[in-house]
Amino acid sequence: MTKAMTASLALLASALLAPHALAEDTIKVGAILAVTGPASFLGSPEAKTLEMMVADINAKGGIGGKKVVLIIKDSGASSEKAISFAKQLIEEEKVLAIIGPSTSGETMAIKALAEESKTPLLSCAAAEVIVNPVASYVFKTPQKDSQAVIRIFQQMKKMGISKIGVLSSNTGFGKAGKDQIEKLAAEHGIQIVVSEVYDSKATDLTAEVTKIKAANVQAIVNWSIEPAQAIVIKNARQLGLTIPIFQSHGFGNIGYVKAAGVAAEGVIFPAGRLLIADQLPASNPQKKVLVSYKNEYEARYKEDVSTFGGHAYDAMLLLSDAVKKGGTDRAKVRAELEGLKGVVGTAGIFNMSATDHNGLGLDAFEMLTVKDGRFVPLAQ
Amino acid sequence: MSLAFFIQYLVAGITYGTIYAVVGMGFNIIYNTTGIINFAQGEFVMLGGMVAVSLHHHLPLPAAIAGAVLVTMAVGALIELIFIHWLSKPTVLRMIIVTIGISILIREAALLVWGHDVRVLPYFTGNEISAISLGGALISPQVIWVVAVCAVMVLLTTAFFQWTMLGRQMRACASNRVGAAVCGLPIRNLVTLSFALSAGMGALAGCVVCPITYTQYGMGTGLAIKGFTVAILGGLGNSLGAVAAGLLLGVVESFTVSALPAAYKDTISIAILLGVLFVRPSGLFGSRAATRA
Repeated sequence: MTKAMTASLALLASALLAPHALAEDTIKVGAILAVTGPASFLGSPEAKTLEMMVADINAKGGIGGKKVVLIIKDSGASSEKAISFAKQLIEEEKVLAIIGPSTSGETMAIKALAEESKTPLLSCAAAEVIVNPVASYVFKTPQKDSQAVIRIFQQMKKMGISKIGVLSSNTGFGKAGKDQIEKLAAEHGIQIVVSEVYDSKATDLTAEVTKIKAANVQAIVNWSIEPAQAIVIKNARQLGLTIPIFQSHGFGNIGYVKAAGVAAEGVIFPAGRLLIADQLPASNPQKKVLVSYKNEYEARYKEDVSTFGGHAYDAMLLLSDAVKKGGTDRAKVRAELEGLKGVVGTAGIFNMSATDHNGLGLDAFEMLTVKDGRFVPLAQ
Repeated sequence: MSLAFFIQYLVAGITYGTIYAVVGMGFNIIYNTTGIINFAQGEFVMLGGMVAVSLHHHLPLPAAIAGAVLVTMAVGALIELIFIHWLSKPTVLRMIIVTIGISILIREAALLVWGHDVRVLPYFTGNEISAISLGGALISPQVIWVVAVCAVMVLLTTAFFQWTMLGRQMRACASNRVGAAVCGLPIRNLVTLSFALSAGMGALAGCVVCPITYTQYGMGTGLAIKGFTVAILGGLGNSLGAVAAGLLLGVVESFTVSALPAAYKDTISIAILLGVLFVRPSGLFGSRAATRA
C-alpha cells in the first residue's frame, strides 16, 4: 500500500466519521409551535423569533462552543399533532429540551410526556395550570393568566367597577381565563352578572353582546386569542355600549387594533412591556432587551413585533442560560432552569424557584390601552 | 324581554343569517352544473376578501372589489382547468376529494402570500361603530350591504339558471351528464365556467362580509361550514332556499343565545340540520328529485 493510498483512506475514514463527531458537538433543541392554523399568530412569530435567535447564537459560536440545531415542528394548534411531535422529538431526535407548544391545550397534552421522559419543556402558552401544580420538567415563559386577571380586577377597583359581564372563547386559553376570573372575582369584590362562551371561529357576536347589554353591567371582560376579540369590541360599540371593555393579554397584537379600527379605542388590557418598548423610560431594566429584540425582529421580518414572539425569545434565553451553566445533560439543565434568578426577558424579570416555574411577578404586566390606533400605557 | 331587545336579537340573527346565506349561495352554482359540493368554496370567499384588501391599497374600494372578483374567478377557472378538466372519469367522489385538496392548497398558498394576520376592508358606509337605529335596536350599515348583495345575487342566479340558455345548459349538465353530452353540450367548458362563476360569487361574498368578519387565511373553513349547512338546509341548488335557510338558522342561533348559554348555539344549529335531513333529505325548500343527482 502506497503512502498516498493510506493517506487518502485515512482522509476517507475521517470524512465518514466527521458527521458523527459533529453531531456530538451540537445542541439539539426541539420546538413545537402552531406555525399554521387558528393560532398561527402565536406560532408564526414564535418560530421566526427562534430562527432569528439561533442564527444569532450560532454566528457568535454557539452556546459553550456548541452550535444549536433547531428542529421546529408545526402542530397547527392540534393537541394530537403536538403529542406525536413531542414523542418524535424526544424518542427519535433525542432533543435536549422542547420549546413550546404555543397554546395551553397542547401544552397540557404533552406535559406528562415531558415529565416521564425527563425532557425540559419551556411552554410559550399562558394558562396557569401548566405550572400549577408544578411539574419538575415543565416551565413556561408568558405571565400567568391569574396575574392578568388580578391586574384587571385591581384596575376595576380603581375605576369603581363591581358588576361585570364575561365573554370567553371555547379554547384552552379562553377556558383557563374564565376559570381564573370566576375563581378570583369574589375576593376582589367583583360580581360576575353574566358569563358567555362563544366559538373561537365566530364571525359575529352581536347576540352575545346583546345579552351582556341586557344584563346592565359596568364593564365587559373578553378572554380569547382569536380574531373574535376584535369582533367583540366592534359589536359592543355598534350596539351603543359605552362601558369600559377589558381584554386579556391575548390582545397584544396591533393587527387586532387595526382590524377593529375606532372600536378598539380605549380598550384596556394587561400586557408585557414589549408593546410599548419605545415609550419606556431609559431607566427601565427591560428597555435594552425589548428595544434590541423589537428592532432586530422588525428589520429582519418586516412585520410588527408581538408579545407572543417574545415568549419564545424568553424560552430560548432561559434555556441558553441554563445550558451555559449546566451543560447538555437534561437533568442538570432542568436544575439550572429552576435556579435562574434575575434573567431580564421580554415578558419581565424571571426569578425561578422550585415552587414557581414561571418566575414572573405581578409587575411583569403593565396596563395598556389603545389611543389613536397605538398601544400606550394606561394613565393612572 | 323588552321589545327593543327582541328586535336586537332579531337583527343579530339577520346579521348571522345573511353572512351564512351569502356564503352558502356560492355552493349552488357548481352543484347546479356538476352535482358536487365544492369543498374549496370557503377558500374562494377568503381569497376574495384577501385580494380586495391587497388591491384596496392601490385602488378605490369598488374597483378593488371588482378586481378581487375577477382575480378569484380566474383562479377558480384555472383550478378547474388544472385539476379537474382533464379527468377522464370525473366521478362525484373523485371530484369531492379533489376539491378538498384544492381547499388545503389555496389555504396554504394564502398563508405564504399574506401571512397569518387578520386583514380588513373598510366599512362600505360609515365605520366600525356606526349603527342605524331600528325600533330601538341598532344595526350596522354593513349588514344592510350584505342583505342587498345577497338579494342581487339571488335575483341574478335565479334568472340565470331559469331563463338563460347558458344557465339551462349548466343545469342539464348536472341532471344528466351523458344526455347533455349526447345533445352536443360542451360539458367540460360548462364545468369550467361554473367554477369561475362560483369563485366569483364566493369572492363577492368575501368582500361584502369582510368588514364584519375580517379575513384571515384560514377563515374559509369556518365560513364554509355554516354556508354549507344553509345550502343543504335550503335545498342544494336553490338560491332563494339558501337565503331563507340562512336567515332561519341565524335567527334561531341568535334567540338560542338569548335563552341558553351561548355555548349551545352551534349545537342547536347542527341539531336542526340533522333533524331536517332526517325528515326531508332534500332540504326545506329543495325538490325531492334533486336529491337523486
